[in-house]
Formats: sequence, structure tokens, C-alpha cells
Amino acid sequence: MSANAEPKIVAFCCHYCAFAAADLAGVLRLKYPPNVHIIRLPCTGKLDALYVLKAFEAGADGVIVAGCLEGSCHFISGNIRAKKRVLAIKKLLPKLGIEPERLEFFNLSSAQGDRFAQIAREMVERVRVLKGGGGKFS
Amino acid sequence: MIVADQKPIEEILQMLEPYRRVLFLGCQSCVAVCMAGGEKEVGLLASAVRLARKSQGRPIEITEGAVKRQCDDEFNEPWRETIEQQEAVLSLACGVGVNKLSERFDLPILPALNTKFFGEVERQGVWTEVCAGCGNCILHLTGGICPIARCAKNLLNGPCGGVRADGTCEVLQNGPRPCAWVLIYERLGKLNQRQNIENIFTAKDWSSDRHGGPRRRVREDMLL
Amino acid sequence: MSDSNLKRALESKKFVVTAECGPPKSADRTVIEKKAQLLKDWVDAANVTDNQTAVTRMSSLAACAILKSFGLDPVFQITCRDRNRIALQSDILGAYALGIRNVLCLTGDHQSFGNHPQAKGVFDLDSVHLIETVRKMRDEGKFLSGDELVGERPAMFIGAVENPFAPPYEFRALRLKKKVEAGAQFIQTQIVYNIQRFREFMARVGDLGLLDRVYILAGVSPIKTPGAAKYMRDNVPGLDVPNEIVERMEAAGKGIEDKKARAEAWRQEGIEICVEIIQQLKEIEGVSGVHIMAIEWEDAVPEIVKRAGLR
Repeated sequence: MSANAEPKIVAFCCHYCAFAAADLAGVLRLKYPPNVHIIRLPCTGKLDALYVLKAFEAGADGVIVAGCLEGSCHFISGNIRAKKRVLAIKKLLPKLGIEPERLEFFNLSSAQGDRFAQIAREMVERVRVLKGGGGKFS
Repeated sequence: MIVADQKPIEEILQMLEPYRRVLFLGCQSCVAVCMAGGEKEVGLLASAVRLARKSQGRPIEITEGAVKRQCDDEFNEPWRETIEQQEAVLSLACGVGVNKLSERFDLPILPALNTKFFGEVERQGVWTEVCAGCGNCILHLTGGICPIARCAKNLLNGPCGGVRADGTCEVLQNGPRPCAWVLIYERLGKLNQRQNIENIFTAKDWSSDRHGGPRRRVREDMLL
Repeated sequence: MSDSNLKRALESKKFVVTAECGPPKSADRTVIEKKAQLLKDWVDAANVTDNQTAVTRMSSLAACAILKSFGLDPVFQITCRDRNRIALQSDILGAYALGIRNVLCLTGDHQSFGNHPQAKGVFDLDSVHLIETVRKMRDEGKFLSGDELVGERPAMFIGAVENPFAPPYEFRALRLKKKVEAGAQFIQTQIVYNIQRFREFMARVGDLGLLDRVYILAGVSPIKTPGAAKYMRDNVPGLDVPNEIVERMEAAGKGIEDKKARAEAWRQEGIEICVEIIQQLKEIEGVSGVHIMAIEWEDAVPEIVKRAGLR
């Protein structure tokens, strides 16, 4: 990946909150970078560590995992389980030569279209700054 | 079941350093249950290693697989053709699987796991040691609680004087553990068998244990 | 007539005093020699610890031999942690040959506590087995294997330990009974700070009919600082240190600015508490004496013995 290319972000979003928020952002015409690719999960509790690693293997420069606010998960505690898994992977990433900041877990509600846009912008900027470019292997 | 831990990834990467074409072979029984070396863990580890090697600029070709039980030729033989095309095999089975593959295949078989103990599933994500494989079981006398495996000093006439006030063992190396002899005392009380520990248990014959040398079991009537 | 001064002293019904002698973390015999001189006139026998808390020190066997040469009656402490039954029996024979007449059989602190936590703990036998083994060698002239011991038998005075302050409390007196049945002739207990609990334990021991079958020496230890008291209360498994003791230690140093004076005040209070405990122990039926464990503070022993009126 060349240093000038735009960073690619994969966002695993739960159907009930994060995906709805992303949808809302769209409806409200809020601007967020086009290089955030959303993958809808029924719940972030479905997230397996492998999804994150495969995303990086497939060329993602950053990964967002977004679920409901704690206490509001449609499946009670799927977001709690997902957060544990994400934190475990963040610990593993530096050992693979990948900055842990490239992966992040966020909580938001379905009404927070603006927050979704903010998260998307934040991650793209964060990844762009890392290694002075966008590509993680540059 | 046999409980094992995955080695730190730094150690695994170091073992894999000389190789560019490796089979990661897991096992679907004990190590899958303790979430260390089953098919799922093979997938995760392979992905992680590919990413790490890519960061290093030294890509690696990994074939992923898992067998029902790696301690048996019957399940390993079907992989012979694939194995013979590799530079090495990273086994995610317990030490038995690594030994077994090493007997049959003439290439380096590397252990991805640190095999630890015979244990039970306490609850999801937690496994504890309860059997020491001493070869001479006395569980009928101790209410089913093994003093060899669960007492850090394998006492037969315990407890020692080091029991903490909350009933845990003085030894904290593996986190707080209940004193096996407190457990035995309480259980024998429930079973009305307290007299078992009022008498002296004689000194253990360790010759049936690992200390007597590597062991072998043969069923003559089952030999073909 | 036994060569064991400890045995003779206990049989004479006097209130016996034993003390602990910690060997050095070196090959320097003069450390033991100095401690021998210090304790000589104040104790009926002196224990040498066996790699206590799993920290490697000069061997108990060697240090006992040195104490013997200085006229003390040593108690050879031997644990099951570092040696198998072959070595244990061998050491008993060697100890006897060197003139040692008392042996204290213990399980031993786990190796994870010491300076070599990577070591393999042996634990071939437990303390009860060890007691049985020594008794078998002495009374039957046989090794644990049943083989004949050919020649002089180690006629040891056999001791063991018990901890009244660790759970399961109701079982401790029964465990003591097992040890007596195995052959224990004298017991040294874990350090007593909780007199009430100790009284309860001794009552149970009496109920089991053990008081005329075994001599019991209560363990005592002078505290040096409030920090030491807190450490023992919070971090040493099996020790019961009531809060009032910690409070007394803290109070003793209050208001004293000068470091040296404060340290001395603490030490004095520590010794005072120890003396008070000894005086209470003297009143308990079945207590034949005290075992003073003044760890790395052996010079407190003469003062304790004097102030408690034991000599």
C-alpha cells in the first residue's frame, strides 16, 4: 500500500445501535469519510477475534467495533463480551507489528448519528497519522 | 481432560523463524475444550502469524487444519501428503500430539502449546487441575478430592500449618486455591466418613507415578 | 538415661525453654558459634531450622553438629520439602552419629516462598510419615522399606509441630493425635499471640487424652516493630495476630521522635508482650514449656527468659 493512499477502515457495527446511528448520519447528511466500510452484525457479541485479524489481513488500516451503550445492549451483554475480546486483541497487535491504536471499541446509541460520524473521522485521522501515512506496512 | 496454554506469540514466532511453509495442525478434543488448540485457535493463530510475518517482510505460507485427536495415527495419517509438503508442522495439540507426529513424520514438529495438567472445566474460561495421574487412586478415601494433585505438598495426612484463615493454600503461585485438605475434611463430614482421616495414611508408593519412569499400559486381550 | 537434655528436662517436669537458632546464608561457622554462646545458659535445647521459608542456608545438620560441640542440646529440624525418604533416613543416621539426639519432623514451607521458587519440591513423605519413619528406625531397627538396620539405632527424641491457628480448627487437635500415634513425643506449636484460641486448642487436646502422652511447648516470638506485627498479621499464612497486639506496638513508639529511641521502645514492647504471653501460657494445663523463636534476634532470648522468670 502506498503512503499516499487513503486509509481503509472497517467498522463492525451492531444492527440495533451503531448501524442505526450510521444510517441516521446518512439521513442527516452528516459528513464522514467515504473510506469507512461498514459491516453489520446482529450484535457486537457476534464479533470473533478472527474477524478483526482477517480485516487487517484483507488490507484494513484500522478497525472500529461499535456497539450499544453499556446496559442498553439488545442482547443484554453482547457489547460487554465484545469489548473484552477487542481489548485482548489490542494487547496482541503490537506483538504482530501492528499499532494497537488501529483497533478501537466504541459505545453509542442509535440516536447518535453525529457521534458515529465523529468516530469515523477520528479513526481515519488516527490511522493517517500512524507511520506518517496511511498504510500500516509503509 | 488435558489442559494446555498457548505459548506467548513471541516464542511461537521465534520457533517459526526458519520456515516459510508450515502446517498449523490443531486437535479437536481436550485442547479445543480448553480453548488453546482447536480449529478456532488454529485460525486465529494462523492469521496472527501471517500478519506478524508480513510486518517483518518475511511472508509465510500457512496451511490450517485440525484432527479429531492428534494422539492417534488413525487421525493423523490422512494428513501425510500435506505434511510431507511442509517445511515444518506447528502442532496445536497437547504434548502427546507433538510426540506422536514426531514419531511418524520426518520433519520438525513444533509445539504451539505448553501442556499443563489433567483438569476439569470449572466454568467457561476456567480450568483447574484435579488429577495427578499418580497411578494409584485413593479418591474413594478422600471423598473424591485428590490430595496429590490439589495439595501443593501432596500431603496424605494434611493439612499443613500454612492454611490461610480463609481456607486457601499458603501457596499463591497460581492464584488463591482452596486448601485440598480443608475440602477433604468438609466433604468427608458430609459423607459421614471423617474416620478416614483420623487414621494415618501410609507413605505413598511413587513407583506407579511418573517418578517411577515413563509408563506404559498394555491390554493383552485387545492386541491384534 | 537419655542423652537428650531436652527429654530429661521435660521428664523432670520443669518449665522447659527452647529457642530457635537460624543458620547463616553462608559457610561461616562462627555465626552459629556466636549464637551458641548467646543461648547456652538460657535454654534446655536449641532448634536449628531447615532452610526455613525455603531460603537456602547452611544445613541444619551441620549447624546442629556445631551447636553440639559448644555444649548445647540441638534439635535437628528436618523437613520433607528438599529430601526424599532415602536422604531423610540417611540424615537421621548421620545426625545421631554426630551426637544429635532430638529431631523435629516438619512438612516444610513450600519452595515458592523462598529464593529458589523454580526448585522441584520433593515431598516424598509428609511429616506424619517422617515421624513414623524415625520411630521405626529407633524402636524396630528397620528402615521404612522394612529392611533391617544393621547396628546402632538412632535413639532420637522425636518431635513434631502443630498449628492451632489454621483452619480447619476443629481438626487440629485430631491431627496432633495422629502425630502422637505416629510417634511424636514432643510438640512445638506455631507462634501464640491469640491466647484464647490456644486455650481452646489445649482443651481439645486434653479431651483427646493426649496431655499425658506428649509434651507440648508453646511457640512464642518477640515482635520487633509495628511493621513486623502487621506483616505477620496480613501476610503469613497460619499466623493469628490479634489487632490489639498491633495496636500496642504502634502505641509504644508514639511521640518518640528519635529513630533509635523509638526502635528501642518498640523492641521493649515486643519483649514485654512476649513475656506476658509466656506468663499466661504457664497457667494453661498441658503446656510443658515454651519455644522462643526470636528470628535474627537471638540476643532477645536471655532477656525474655529472665523477665518471664524462667531462669
